[in-house]
Amino acid sequence: MSGRLSAVLAAALALVLILAIAVFPLLLGDLGLRAEFSARNLAPGASHLFGTDQMGRDILARSLHGLALSLWVGLIAAGLSVLISALIAMASGLGRRADQVAGFVTDGFLAMPHLMLLILLAFAFGGGTTAVILAVAVSHWPRLARILRAELLQIRAAPYVETARALGRSRLHITWHHILPHLLPQMLVGFLLMFPHAILHEAALTFLGFGLEPSRPAIGVMLSEAMRHISAGRWWLAVFPGVMLLALVLSFEMLGTALRRLISPREAQC
Amino acid sequence: MAGIFLILRQILLLSLVSAAVFALMKVSPVDPVDAYLGPAIAHVSPEQKAQIAASWGIDRPAHEQFLAWAGHLLSGDPGHSTTYNAPVLQVLGDRIGPSLALAGGAWALSGLLGFALGLLAVAAGGWTDRVIRLYCYVLAATPTFWLAMLLLMVFSVRLGWTPICCAGPVGLPPEEVSFAQKLHHLALPLTALTLFGVAQIALHTRVKLAEVMQSDYVLMARAQGAGQWDIIWHHGMRNAALPAVTALMASVGEMIGGSILAEQVFAWPGLGRATVDAGMKGDVPLLLAIALLTTLVVSGGNLMADRLYTRLDPRMSGR
Repeated sequence: MSGRLSAVLAAALALVLILAIAVFPLLLGDLGLRAEFSARNLAPGASHLFGTDQMGRDILARSLHGLALSLWVGLIAAGLSVLISALIAMASGLGRRADQVAGFVTDGFLAMPHLMLLILLAFAFGGGTTAVILAVAVSHWPRLARILRAELLQIRAAPYVETARALGRSRLHITWHHILPHLLPQMLVGFLLMFPHAILHEAALTFLGFGLEPSRPAIGVMLSEAMRHISAGRWWLAVFPGVMLLALVLSFEMLGTALRRLISPREAQC
Repeated sequence: MAGIFLILRQILLLSLVSAAVFALMKVSPVDPVDAYLGPAIAHVSPEQKAQIAASWGIDRPAHEQFLAWAGHLLSGDPGHSTTYNAPVLQVLGDRIGPSLALAGGAWALSGLLGFALGLLAVAAGGWTDRVIRLYCYVLAATPTFWLAMLLLMVFSVRLGWTPICCAGPVGLPPEEVSFAQKLHHLALPLTALTLFGVAQIALHTRVKLAEVMQSDYVLMARAQGAGQWDIIWHHGMRNAALPAVTALMASVGEMIGGSILAEQVFAWPGLGRATVDAGMKGDVPLLLAIALLTTLVVSGGNLMADRLYTRLDPRMSGR
């Protein structure tokens, strides 16, 4: 099978998985959210494939709700973050001084352990869903910004940009019509590769207690509840939500790598 | 000259980061007094709350607080931790040892093991390479704390080989814990962090080594009849070592982040747990101090990663 075809197939498979995760919870209704005390702490079996927790909630249904939640948080946070990195990259395209300032800010964000920065930001925004989204958005842009900046400097030296400049087009016109369209593919790939990070960090923050509210069916909340009952030996509480989160993250990685292979085949040989 | 400029830039960067972090703490809607009191808030009158705020100095304007804090910090006093009711320096001193043992140990181990795995992947090729690559990709997508929980469930709960928490037997004061007991308690957290740290170093080593194996000098060595391990030993290892060391330096931040999560899962009494406690209870001085300390370590690591390449590679030293 050719590399391109397998990349398309991988992308399609990952997309189907992700769409299924987005749609499933709508069909479930409040299954997995409602407490049912007649079915507490059931081991995985025919009626509850992944077992139930201490409140009698079905782990499979609850995990699906959690994944959908992760998907939304990741979507908004990674989207915002890509926007920030594009703005920073374009700012460094303005001139030498602006480039230095942008580089300094980027270095400042990279100078702190990522999780530490996330904790500080979540604390600054007061915790909860909005805080997590903002914290993840504000902390994930530096690496993509560096990639976009390198790309932008290359495009700016291209003959068609020089021509446009010679024809007297304004800076804004050139940026909008000539530079931005060339950055879009990189931004899309950057978004898809940032997504798994965003989801993992949201789960980590939530697990530590700085993230989504404990009332929500988030994977991080489920895992921190499982942590409290860990010595009771109910392994399914921790294993299944984690496996499903892993599956979601891997499908995004697959989609991102496949798209990168399709967009820039030369760079992604290894 | 360039060195001095870099150090000055680093100092400027650190002071701006500390100002930014201080500002972040101040815009937070979390009220430190409320967070400190917790459920006991019901028994405290507004006047008493104002008294607590005044004794902590947080009723003054933010810029005054910043100047006072920065002045104290420069004279070596980062303040008083409200969570542990002790000077921040003492809290840091008590906890830096366990943190170093865990994060530092895992960092060194993942460097060594990762490098060895990367070499093995290229040298053996075929299925070994595929398995190692799969391991690295899956591990990069695995939540660190979940991996730690799985290990805890298997080895502590199910098999009972390792203790379930902490840095020593419950109830024993830290100074009476023997070295063997310490190692016993360290084993599982260290394993969890190392498993997670190995992946990145192995991938880096593998990519670089694969590049070296395509080079002309390796082709030449092969034509002269050198075996696979011979080539890797004499040509591959040295060339792959530099990128691996650079990747290891750059991974310091990830390791600290991972250790915050691992410390939370294993109830390890290090800086990571203190970070979470401080964040939960609104203990701003402690949170600030740990954030700055880790920033110092990570930015040092980044700087080393940048400089090491030009320093260690003899081809670069001409400049």
